[in-house]
Amino acid sequence: MRTRGIIMAPSLKPNSRRAIRRESVVGWMFAVPALAMYGLFVLLPFLMSVQYSFFRWDGIGAMKWVGFRNYETVFEVPVLFESIINAFKLVGFFSIIPVALGLVVASVMHRVAAGRFGGVARTVLFLPQIIPLVAAGIIWGWILALPGLINEILRSIGLGSWTKAWLGDFDWALPAVGMIGIWVLLGFCTVLLATAIAKIDPGLFESARIDGSNWLQEFFSITVPLLRQEIGVCLTVTIIAALSAFDIVYVSTGGGPGNATAVPGIQIYILAFTEQRIGPASALAVLLMVLVILVILPIQRLTREDAS
Amino acid sequence: MKISQKEILTGRVLLIGLMFGTLLPFISIFTTALFPSNTIPTGFGWPEQPQWGNFVEAFQVSNMMALLTSSSFIVLAVVPVALLISTMAAFAIGQLRIPGSGFLLVLFVFGLTLPFGGIIVPLYYLERFMGIYNTRLAIVLPLIALYMPFAVFWMRAHFVGVSPEISEAAKVDGASTWQLFWGIHLPLARAPLASLGILMAVWTWNQFLLALVLVEDPAQRTMAGALGAFQGHYATNVPLLCAGTVLILIPTLVVFVVFQRQIIAALLQGAVKG
Repeated sequence: MRTRGIIMAPSLKPNSRRAIRRESVVGWMFAVPALAMYGLFVLLPFLMSVQYSFFRWDGIGAMKWVGFRNYETVFEVPVLFESIINAFKLVGFFSIIPVALGLVVASVMHRVAAGRFGGVARTVLFLPQIIPLVAAGIIWGWILALPGLINEILRSIGLGSWTKAWLGDFDWALPAVGMIGIWVLLGFCTVLLATAIAKIDPGLFESARIDGSNWLQEFFSITVPLLRQEIGVCLTVTIIAALSAFDIVYVSTGGGPGNATAVPGIQIYILAFTEQRIGPASALAVLLMVLVILVILPIQRLTREDAS
Repeated sequence: MKISQKEILTGRVLLIGLMFGTLLPFISIFTTALFPSNTIPTGFGWPEQPQWGNFVEAFQVSNMMALLTSSSFIVLAVVPVALLISTMAAFAIGQLRIPGSGFLLVLFVFGLTLPFGGIIVPLYYLERFMGIYNTRLAIVLPLIALYMPFAVFWMRAHFVGVSPEISEAAKVDGASTWQLFWGIHLPLARAPLASLGILMAVWTWNQFLLALVLVEDPAQRTMAGALGAFQGHYATNVPLLCAGTVLILIPTLVVFVVFQRQIIAALLQGAVKG
């Protein structure tokens, strides 16, 4: 598989070794522009983040080596450590609920909505995925406000006592932000899983239905096990979205009330750009990147072991 | 098929309910945008006198023409360059199979897990140092770079599937590597290139964090970045804020409706491959 075409080419001449060397130099020239951009604007900043995380720096003056002090700060200052906890709470809303609900909806879609109706449903459910997250934040910022849609609905069904400014409530702000995440990500998961269900051998479903399986049996014996890899993909994408959330939170709550919805992305922004504390900001950034990899790797392992 | 009518009915009712729930927020900001400016609209309902003029006002106060121009400029600067250099690299890795391609691929794939927030702080100081902070290049250059992991990975998947015999035949005919790339392989890659281009255009249009941190002037930002600034100014004028949001959503929604098949397919494949 990996042999290079040129070696097997019939025009092998005595000076072929030099030709091959020339060949690979030319080949590398093709990779250089992408590598240079990636190196300069992604890998270099990544290494700089690691470097900054070991210094005390206000962005202007001299940098002072402090060892692991900034990491200790992240773990000791409640506000910073809680931002990591909040990120994991968001995983429940951005990831677990959309994937679980998406599985159910996709399998319902497969049973009852083949054809055009299913097509329309996919398009509509996918809509929140393509608008800017900032717009999603603004839209829901209004819907969850005191005079907004949610409270209006509650009042109209006689639950007027439940109304509140959802995003301004210490207990409800985080679930409310999570609700925005569900709205954005449910369609993505549903459509991805529905596409995968459509690829399952229809004979499997047919024989199950001839045996009179109901929806629930079909769901747990066919759909879920055969979609393991796609479930892994959904989890990976949505968990990255949850842990690195910024846009929605920044626009809808700014991390408040207090620090009820502050996530690492918000704290990095505040530490670096309003408090000029580059060291702790970078330590939090490095921890965030490590966390993402630590969470993603086992999921990839678990859901892809068959494929390898 | 042994699906009962009752189940079909319940299933469809559930789906229609879900679709309605998805659309409701869009409907709500649209109707809210029609309430008189600077009033507090009362939740869900059609205003007695719809103020269509709100859209005109939002168009003017948000400086929409400048925003559209700026965002289009950024998209037009990012997408072609990112397409070209990522495809070249993917060609080298997947088709030429240069020595070290395995390492290169791993290096690029590493970038797929990096949250933008993880590198935004050094990026800010790097760009100040380079003197491009607060220009459109401050968004364009890092975006091109940040798309490389996904774009290279995506195009490599295409090139791995193309038989190397095509390259060999062309080489026997004396084609240079560049001619091989430009004349033969690029036209063959039209479909994955189109999907990738659409995806990167949407992502660029919607990019917020880079615009927020790296460009102070909203008129030089992406659409999403400008929307953030607009919200800051008109947070208390709900109808006008909603009108502005609707205006900013329209181009995205139009593009989505026109290219929905490609966009959905591209986003899904992208996720599965990634």
